[in-house]
Formats: sequence, structure tokens, C-alpha cells
Amino acid sequence: MTDATAEIGDTARAAPEDTLIGCPICDAVYRLSPETAAEATRCARCGYRLTLGRSTAITRVVAIAATNVALMMIVIFLPFLDLQAGTFESRASVLEVVVGFSSGIMVPLAFAVIAFILVLPILRFLFLIYALGPILAGAGNLPNAKGALRWAFKLKPWAMAEIFMIGVAVALIKLADLASVATGPAFWVFGLVVLLNAYQDSFMCRHTLWTALQDNKR
Amino acid sequence: MMTARGRGQVVCRSCGEVEPMGRARCPRCGEYLDSRDETSIEKVWAWLLVGLIAYIPANLYPMLLTTQVFRTEEQTIVGGVVELIHYGSYAVAGIVFFASVVIPVGKFIVIGYLAVLMSRPRHTSDPHRLLVLLEVVEFIGRWSMIDVFVVAILSALVQFDVLATINPGIAAVCFALSVIFTMLAAQSFDSRLIWDRMKDDTQGAPGHV
Repeated sequence: MTDATAEIGDTARAAPEDTLIGCPICDAVYRLSPETAAEATRCARCGYRLTLGRSTAITRVVAIAATNVALMMIVIFLPFLDLQAGTFESRASVLEVVVGFSSGIMVPLAFAVIAFILVLPILRFLFLIYALGPILAGAGNLPNAKGALRWAFKLKPWAMAEIFMIGVAVALIKLADLASVATGPAFWVFGLVVLLNAYQDSFMCRHTLWTALQDNKR
Repeated sequence: MMTARGRGQVVCRSCGEVEPMGRARCPRCGEYLDSRDETSIEKVWAWLLVGLIAYIPANLYPMLLTTQVFRTEEQTIVGGVVELIHYGSYAVAGIVFFASVVIPVGKFIVIGYLAVLMSRPRHTSDPHRLLVLLEVVEFIGRWSMIDVFVVAILSALVQFDVLATINPGIAAVCFALSVIFTMLAAQSFDSRLIWDRMKDDTQGAPGHV
């Protein structure tokens, strides 16, 4: 992928089909021709990636979101880790991992953890399907599709599935001398979700997605 | 450099749409439009302060309560790192130390530095350097949650009656709150102020990046 430096708009030579695009980081404004807007562009002043050059992003974003929702259902119900110490055995799904917190003052923390690792990631995927799915299906936008897409972007820093995976790795090492730990199927499925999620982020071009949502018939 | 404000326009921070000033919400994505967040720095200070306050008990109180054969051991954040070093897991000790001590402390310093600079009417720093600092803080801040998740996993798995049980300590709550508050501090920072308050505006001249 080549990075084209966005040229500042020359108002005198502006073509009617050009779009104005603003940099949310430094407030610079650019006039992009449809060809330039389809490429990867950077803000000349601060380096923010105005467009990612992913004009066919919608199919992939929706496909990956749908896959991840299905995989997350597996993650919730199958065993995640399996621990053996002498005659004791404990098998925990991701939901049970959170139940470990659920006594007394720890209840709010349990809710926060379940939100960060399950609810918010799944909600993000559902928002993306809700907002962009109808475009693929050739249907009009669903009510408040704007809000769904906006929140899919806003929730990104709060969806922490990948951080949870590193936490699992650290926990496994801490447990190594106390008990023998085996990874369950949900562990590997969750790892797959994290990888797919990272791949999906490379297609989340704000310009492409918002333009598509705007141009789609209501 | 042509800025939206100079043209009497507002850039939507959610979708990049350029709209005339005075409109309340972006017609394309529905986000509230605001040319500059005038109270940005106050919000940054407020979130940073509560984050710092929560970080103190997070370090003083135990993160983990390990009970082995009727004997309960309390482990703080730093205590956990020391234990990992004791077991020879230097790499993991490094990760935990970095995520729970270096990142939070670094974040307090960097956000505080940026907020002090922006509290002055003009600054002479390189805007790119300041933006890199802000982006690093925003990108890396959430990774501090590692230790909270470790505590969650350990206390869920290790429940073997008298043999061994692990329970979360109050510091886990404080630490999680501290991470959340400092993430909000970084998000409250209006990056457009960095360019507005440059002393020498030629630094912002267009050029290849």
C-alpha cells in the first residue's frame, strides 16, 4: 500500500465531484478527487491517515464481523482453560473466569471485565453488521444506522480481547508450578477472534464506510 | 495551512465531514460538532487527577490474596513482579512490570506534560513530537489492563478448597479504575490545540510526511 500525500485543495480548479475531507487530529481541510479519495492518503500537516485506500472494505468488514460473532458464541460456552492440581480439577469458560470476581465489592469489577472482553467486542461486531449489512444486501439503511457505525468506532479502545489473551498467557505461567494447565477449545477460538479483529481494523477506513452509508438509499 | 476554523468550518471528529460552523450535529454521522473543545484541558486534568488518586491504593493494597493450607498471602503489584523474578520468569516479570508500573507512571508524566504545555497560550515544541506522545499514550494505555485480567483468571481457576485458593484484592478494583480514568484523560485531549498554539506557524507548513 502506497501512501499518497494529500494535496491541499485548489479552490479555483475544483471539480464538482471532488469531496472535502477534514483532518480530525489537526483541523486541516483537503479537497480530494474521487480517484485520490480511493487511495491511501495522509494529512500533510500531522500525518493522520485520512483514507486507507480500502474502497471495497464493506464486504470484508461485515464478513469478518459476522464470523467473529459466531466464534464468540463458541468462546462463551466451551471450556477455556482446564486446571488440575492433585485430585482437584477446575474447568472454566470465559464466563466463569468473570464469576471468580463476583463476590461483594468485586461485583462492579466483574461487570467491567465481562464488558471489556465479551460484551463490547460482540457489540462492536453487531453494530458493524447492523450499519453496513443492509448496504451489502441492497436494502435501505436501518433506523439509526449512523449511531451504530459511530459507536463501532468509538468502542474500539474499550474492546480488550487481545489484552485479555496476554493476561491469559501471564496467568498460565504464574500457575505453572501450582497445577498443570491445559488450554480448552475456546482458548484457540478466542485467539482466532483476536487475529481476525486485527485484520478487520486494517479495513476500517472511516471515509469509505461513512461515504457508503451516506450514499446508500434510505 | 488551510484549517477548517480558518475557513469558518468544522471538521467532524467522527467521520471527517466538513460542515459550516454553527451546526450542532454532523448530518452524515450524527456526531456533535465542535470546532475546538474549549474545556479539553480541564477535563484532562480532572481525569488524570482521579486516575492518579486511584493508582495510589492500587499499589499499597494487595492485588491477589493467595490462601494455601490455611495460610493467606497478600501480594501487591510490585510483589507479584518480584515473585515472578524469584521463579526465574524474567520475560513475564518484565511484561507485568512494564504494563502495571512503567506504562501507568509514564502516562501520568506524559499527559501531565502535554496538559501543562497546552495550558500556556503558545508553545515552541515540535507538533509532531507532541502528537506522537499523545498517540503512544492512547495506544499503549489500555494494555495496563493485563494485570487486572490476570487476577480475574487466577481467582476463577484456583478455587481448590483448603489446598489453594486465590481471590482478588481491593487493589484490582483501584488499578482497573486508574486505567479507565487515564484512558479517558488521553481521549479528552483535543489534539487540534497542539497546532493552534504553536508559536511559529511555519512549522505547520504543508510538506511531505
